Amino acid sequence: MASPDTVLSSQPTPAKSKVLPPLINIKPVNWFFDFNRAMSLWPVTFGLACCAIEMMAVSMARFDIARFGAEVFRPSIRQADLMMVTGTVSKKMAPSVVRLYEQMPAPKYVLACGNCAISGGPFKFDGQYGIVEGVDKLIPVDVYVPGCPPRPEAILEGVFTIQEKILGFRFWPKAEEIPSDGPLAIQS
Amino acid sequence: MDLSLLSFVQIIVAVLLIIGLMVGNAVVMVYVERKVAGFIQRRPGPYEVGPIGTVQPICDSMKLLGKQLFVPANIDWILFFLAPVLAFFPVLLLFLPIPFGPYLTGLGVGDGILLILAFAGFGVLSNILAGWSSNNKYGLLGAARAVSQSVAYEIPMIMALLAVVFMSGSLNLSEIVAQQGSWPWQWNIVVQPLAFFIYLVSLVGETNRAPFDLPEAESELTAGFHTEYSGMGFALFFLSEYANMLLVSFVCATFFLGGYKGPFLDGFWWTFAKAYAVMFFIVWIRWTFPRVRFDQLLNINWKWLLPLSIINLWLTAIIMKIIS
Repeated sequence: MASPDTVLSSQPTPAKSKVLPPLINIKPVNWFFDFNRAMSLWPVTFGLACCAIEMMAVSMARFDIARFGAEVFRPSIRQADLMMVTGTVSKKMAPSVVRLYEQMPAPKYVLACGNCAISGGPFKFDGQYGIVEGVDKLIPVDVYVPGCPPRPEAILEGVFTIQEKILGFRFWPKAEEIPSDGPLAIQS
Repeated sequence: MDLSLLSFVQIIVAVLLIIGLMVGNAVVMVYVERKVAGFIQRRPGPYEVGPIGTVQPICDSMKLLGKQLFVPANIDWILFFLAPVLAFFPVLLLFLPIPFGPYLTGLGVGDGILLILAFAGFGVLSNILAGWSSNNKYGLLGAARAVSQSVAYEIPMIMALLAVVFMSGSLNLSEIVAQQGSWPWQWNIVVQPLAFFIYLVSLVGETNRAPFDLPEAESELTAGFHTEYSGMGFALFFLSEYANMLLVSFVCATFFLGGYKGPFLDGFWWTFAKAYAVMFFIVWIRWTFPRVRFDQLLNINWKWLLPLSIINLWLTAIIMKIIS
C-alpha cells in the first residue's frame, strides 16, 4: 500500500499503443478513404467538464455540427473516430482517458478542447496535485482548441482543422473568404 | 411448387433485387433519418457534404469499410463473426413472399406470413450471439434485454396479424391484398383499427427502435449488443436494422393499408409509398419520444397490448362467425 503522498505525486501512465502504417499504401485509395474519413468524423459521447457543454451546443440547433457530417455521437468507443477531450483531466480520470484512447479502432483523432485539456488551464499552479497538466502528456493530440471554454464556432474550426490534417488541404472556405454580400453572406 | 429452371432463375433475380433494395434503403434511410432528426430539432442536418448533404451516407459507409476491425480478447471467434452475417441474411429471405405489385412477388409462397413470422426470430438470435460472444457485460445485458423484449412483442404482433387473417381466411399475402379495395375506406385499417394500433406499437418494439430501443440503450448500456463491433460489423447491424424496419413496414402496408392497391391506379408505387410512410412514422417517433424504462416497456406489452389483442381476436372471431 503506497502512502497518499506518493499516489498524489505520481504521474499517470501515458498511452502505449501506436497507430500502425497502412498495410496497402496506394495513393488514390488512401486519398479516397481519407476523404470519407474526413467527411464523417463521428465523435464519442465523452465529456469531462464544462467544455462538454460547448460540445453539446455545437451539435444543437444554432451551430449544428451535423452540417459537416460529424453529429453521430457514438456511445461506444469502438465505433467512434474522434475523441474530444473536453475539460480538465484529473489524475483520477487519467487512466480512463488512456484506456478509452487505446480502445479506439485505428483511424483515430484527438481534439484537446479548452485550456484545461491543453495545459491544465487555471488549475495549473505550484503545488497542485490532482490535475494532469495537458492531455498530451497522456495521449497524442491532433488539434488544440483554446478557450475557457471555447466558443462552439471554435470547436467547429477545430473539426475543420482535423479534416485539413487528414486531407492535406482545407475543404471549407474560411470565414473571412466568404464575401459579405451574396448568398453565403453571414446574416447578423 | 415445382423447382424448375424458371423458378430457380426467378428466385436468384428476386434475391439480387432484394439485396439492392436493402442496401439502397439503408443508404436512403441514413440520410432521411439524420435529416428528419435535424428538422425536428430545428437544425438543417447534413448539409455540406455533397448537394444538401446527399453524399453523407456514402461517406459514412466507406469510412466504416476502412475502419480497423477490432477483435476483443477472450471472445468466441465463430459466433463473433457469425452474428452480423446472421443479422443480415435471414432478412433477405423475408422479403420474398411480399407482394410489391400485382405481378411483382419474389416467391409466391402459399403461407407467406408464416414464413415471415417464423424467420423474424433470427434477428433476435443474432443479437443474442453478438452480445454473448463479444465478452462484454454491456453486450450481454443488451442481449438479455433484446430476448425478453422480442419474445414479449412478438405475441401481440402475431395476434394483431391473426385478426386480419381470420377476416380474410388466408395466410397468403397476395390473397389478403386482393380482398382489400382501392380506396382508403376499403382497407383493413378501417375494420381493424385496434389491430393496426397494436401492430404499430409492437413493430417499434420488434425492430428495437426508440422509444423501445432498450437493447442498445445508449445512456445505460453504452451500445448494447453491438458495443464491441467496429467498422463493417457495426455497419451490418445497422443495415439489418433498416432492413427489418422496411420489412415490418411492408407487412403493415400489406395487411392494413391495402398493399399495392390505391386510388386511380394499382401498382408497386402504392406499396412503396405506404411502406415509406410507415417508415417515416417510425423515424418521427424516434426523435420525439424519450426512451421508456424496461419495466414500463414490459408493462405496456403484458398489461395492455396482449389483453387488447386477445379481446380483438375474440371479437373478430365472433363477428366473422355471425356474418358467415
